[in-house]
Amino acid sequence: MKGWRNAGLWVGAFIVAFTLLVALFAPLLAPHDPFGMDLSRRLKPPIWMEGSLPGHLLGTDHIGRDYLSRLIYGARISVLIGVMTVITSGLIGIALGVTGGFFGGRIDDVVLFAITARLAIPLILVALAVVSLIGSSLTVVVATLGFLLWERFAVVARVATMQVRTLDYVSAAWSAGCSRAHILLRDVLPNIASPLAVVATLEMALAILLEAALSFLGLGVPPPLPSWGLMIAEGKEYMFFNAWVITIPGIALFVFVFGINLLGDGLRDLLRTGRVA
Amino acid sequence: MTALLEVEGLEISFGSLAAVRGASLQVNKGETHCLVGESGCGKSVTALSIMGLLARNGRRDARVLRFDGTDLLALNERAMSRLRGNRLAMIFQEPMTSLNPAYTVGSQMIEVMQRHRGATRAAALARAEELLARVRITSPGMRLGQYPHQLSGGLRQRVMIAMALMCSPELLIADEPTTALDVTVQAQILRLLSDLQKDLGLAILLITHDLGVVARTAHRVSVMYAGEVVESAPVAQLFTKPMHPYTRGLLDCVPVPGKVRRDQPLGSIPGMVPRMTQSFRGCAFVERCTLARPDCAGEIVRHRLAAQHDYLCQIPPDRVTAP
Amino acid sequence: MTTPLIEIRDVGHQFRVKSGLFAQPKRIVAVDGVSLSLPAGGVLGVVGESGCGKSTLAKIILGLIEPSAGEVLIDGRRLDGLDRRERARLIQPVFQDPYSSLNPRRRVRDIVGVPLVAQGGIADGEIRRRVDAMLARVGLDPELGERQPAELSGGQRQRVAIARALVLHPRIVVCDEPTSALDVSVQAQILNLLAELRRELGLSYLFISHNLAVVEHVASEVAVMYLGRIVERAETETLFRAPRHPYTKALLASVLTPEPGLGIPDTELGDTMPDPANIPPGCRFHPRCPAAIDRCRSDAPMPRRDRRGLAECHLVEMA
Repeated sequence: MKGWRNAGLWVGAFIVAFTLLVALFAPLLAPHDPFGMDLSRRLKPPIWMEGSLPGHLLGTDHIGRDYLSRLIYGARISVLIGVMTVITSGLIGIALGVTGGFFGGRIDDVVLFAITARLAIPLILVALAVVSLIGSSLTVVVATLGFLLWERFAVVARVATMQVRTLDYVSAAWSAGCSRAHILLRDVLPNIASPLAVVATLEMALAILLEAALSFLGLGVPPPLPSWGLMIAEGKEYMFFNAWVITIPGIALFVFVFGINLLGDGLRDLLRTGRVA
Repeated sequence: MTALLEVEGLEISFGSLAAVRGASLQVNKGETHCLVGESGCGKSVTALSIMGLLARNGRRDARVLRFDGTDLLALNERAMSRLRGNRLAMIFQEPMTSLNPAYTVGSQMIEVMQRHRGATRAAALARAEELLARVRITSPGMRLGQYPHQLSGGLRQRVMIAMALMCSPELLIADEPTTALDVTVQAQILRLLSDLQKDLGLAILLITHDLGVVARTAHRVSVMYAGEVVESAPVAQLFTKPMHPYTRGLLDCVPVPGKVRRDQPLGSIPGMVPRMTQSFRGCAFVERCTLARPDCAGEIVRHRLAAQHDYLCQIPPDRVTAP
Repeated sequence: MTTPLIEIRDVGHQFRVKSGLFAQPKRIVAVDGVSLSLPAGGVLGVVGESGCGKSTLAKIILGLIEPSAGEVLIDGRRLDGLDRRERARLIQPVFQDPYSSLNPRRRVRDIVGVPLVAQGGIADGEIRRRVDAMLARVGLDPELGERQPAELSGGQRQRVAIARALVLHPRIVVCDEPTSALDVSVQAQILNLLAELRRELGLSYLFISHNLAVVEHVASEVAVMYLGRIVERAETETLFRAPRHPYTKALLASVLTPEPGLGIPDTELGDTMPDPANIPPGCRFHPRCPAAIDRCRSDAPMPRRDRRGLAECHLVEMA
């Protein structure tokens, strides 16, 4: 039986915690200004390769900005996008799902329709269209992703609420004279929180990947902000001779998303074994 | 009386938890032996350990564990699986846990027989249909083609019994077979088991918490408490002359129509079952026993009232049976 | 004559179960034309097999399900006209499963205090005092108030549920199989506690159970339900001594009392199972009834009453 002893959980938690710390303390950790160009030091490789410059641990990009510093600041963008998107989509999805699951009947039909309609929307295309219409900025990316990624929250919240609603402690709360709001806040929400926490990790990983994809297509975070996706996009013209310019942000992205997924899987196992209930 | 199943000094532990602590019991041919006790007393794991079906973290040890002269302790998993479902069969409280929802009743029933007896499909199907009729299921031919979810709880339990009988087992272990059923269906299923026993000479080890079921079905009863068999006796003896304070307490707890007046409280046993470890010595019931004496904390010797009646208590008998 | 605490008249309820997007929804008749009354200080037992509608009836009386027909009066007032706080002060439930009836995310103290909090306007100190008193009254150490339900045994949890039900000092407690999930020794403790509390606090119980021996022990009057209808009702002694409806007879015959040597009774019920989605025409018990006559197959019997009680069967002679 897996539980607290699940190695994946701890590896995931470590990666996520590490990335969060890096994002938080980026100004202290970054050795250089991530926006500081120096055209005389363009495309210098990382120190383990030939021709590297001392002081630039991971080399410099095509306009001479310190790659490590950009990577560190890029973590901020990824974390910010991930967290903000999950908050937006979580609020929308949980509100809809709990409403549908709790009230049932017509209201639930409407919620189900909204979920189905959302599932019929091609995610990337709509995101691309919206961003290209309004223009790209951090807020637009978060808002777009937030309004597109809520359906999994809604589906899980709805089903979990329907299960909890039929349990005797909810019946007992009705009989005790509790108001709807009290029952929703005290009896329903705390008891559907665990599956939603798992959904949140999955959605966060997805949001981060989508941001990277949008940025790669030039429709995400506008330059010169250092997003990992944007770094890959900017590096793609140089990748045949300087493969590291896309490998390094690619690995960072992969490891972070992998870590979030490990954490999510670990949490799910933990909740399933009932160690946290 | 020839013994079919002999268990002596059975010990089962899960980590530091001692689930069964030196239990002994004997099931004779053609006889129903009831193992009775409350949840957590170790009755179900006893059954599972006899079948060799303990969970992987469970450890089994015994002085004697013999089925029809065969030492079960010496059998490897392959030899054990040749016995299981063949000469030794088991049914459970919730039939859905042992019926596969994805296969028809018929295909599950014939599988056992094809595996153990190498029977042809046609022969096995004929046997399945015959047995479904035997457990009084109407239109057995049609039932063979149905899936478990299409059957009611009582029918599923009958199917389980029919399936257990496919290879004509000598011993049927039934773990709370009627607990999930309505009273009327419970009576029907128990009658069926008792009829089958008479016709087929089947020995039954029936595990239950219901003293009503025990009184009406058992030839012999073993009462389990905290992993030990605290009293074992022929059924009439146990109900008229309970020697262990726990047995006595259990009997007092059951409301009997016409026996206890409405305004009077039922007898009850205070407190809860303790969590047992292997290092425990003395009587496990001592904390809940109203008759406990200082020497109850020491080693308890098994007393014998008659050839067939023994109990694990040293309080003088007159004090236990006195109302 | 005093007003009965609970009076329900011709209450019916059907569930619609969707079996597919375009399929006709199935109607499941849970309760059908049930009338009952519970006098102050009485214990009305409701017995029947699974699917007979007894739990739906409990939920209707608690106001958790709105019946599709009929009316429910609590203390002479229509249930649907009561404010949720008023209703909570009159009637409270104790459910079967002590594991699902307590919110696993709250402390015992908060669970028991919920009805007081819902009333509003009671000071925290007062709530604390009353919760502690109630915990002690149901035989729990008030220190257990700080625990989570998961740390308690089944019997302790059921005591918590009883404390929650009684903390407002209601007049009626609806007990829906309160001891079915418990071990016999714990069942006896809980039944004794319920009896004690009823005497001390002047409570009335609607006691629902499939265990006839338990009902016989606690109830003053018993109603027998079959497929949504009450087929027989009488004082407990009368019903258990001389059952009149063939279903009641079969139920009583099926009870396995702990008396060795009596063997296993033959209920003569056959193996047709009652199906609330498919109520037979005529008397709904006729497919299983060992005494059924032709009339039972076509003609639904009406409830008839005499001084011994009520029965709904063509074959019962009324005094």
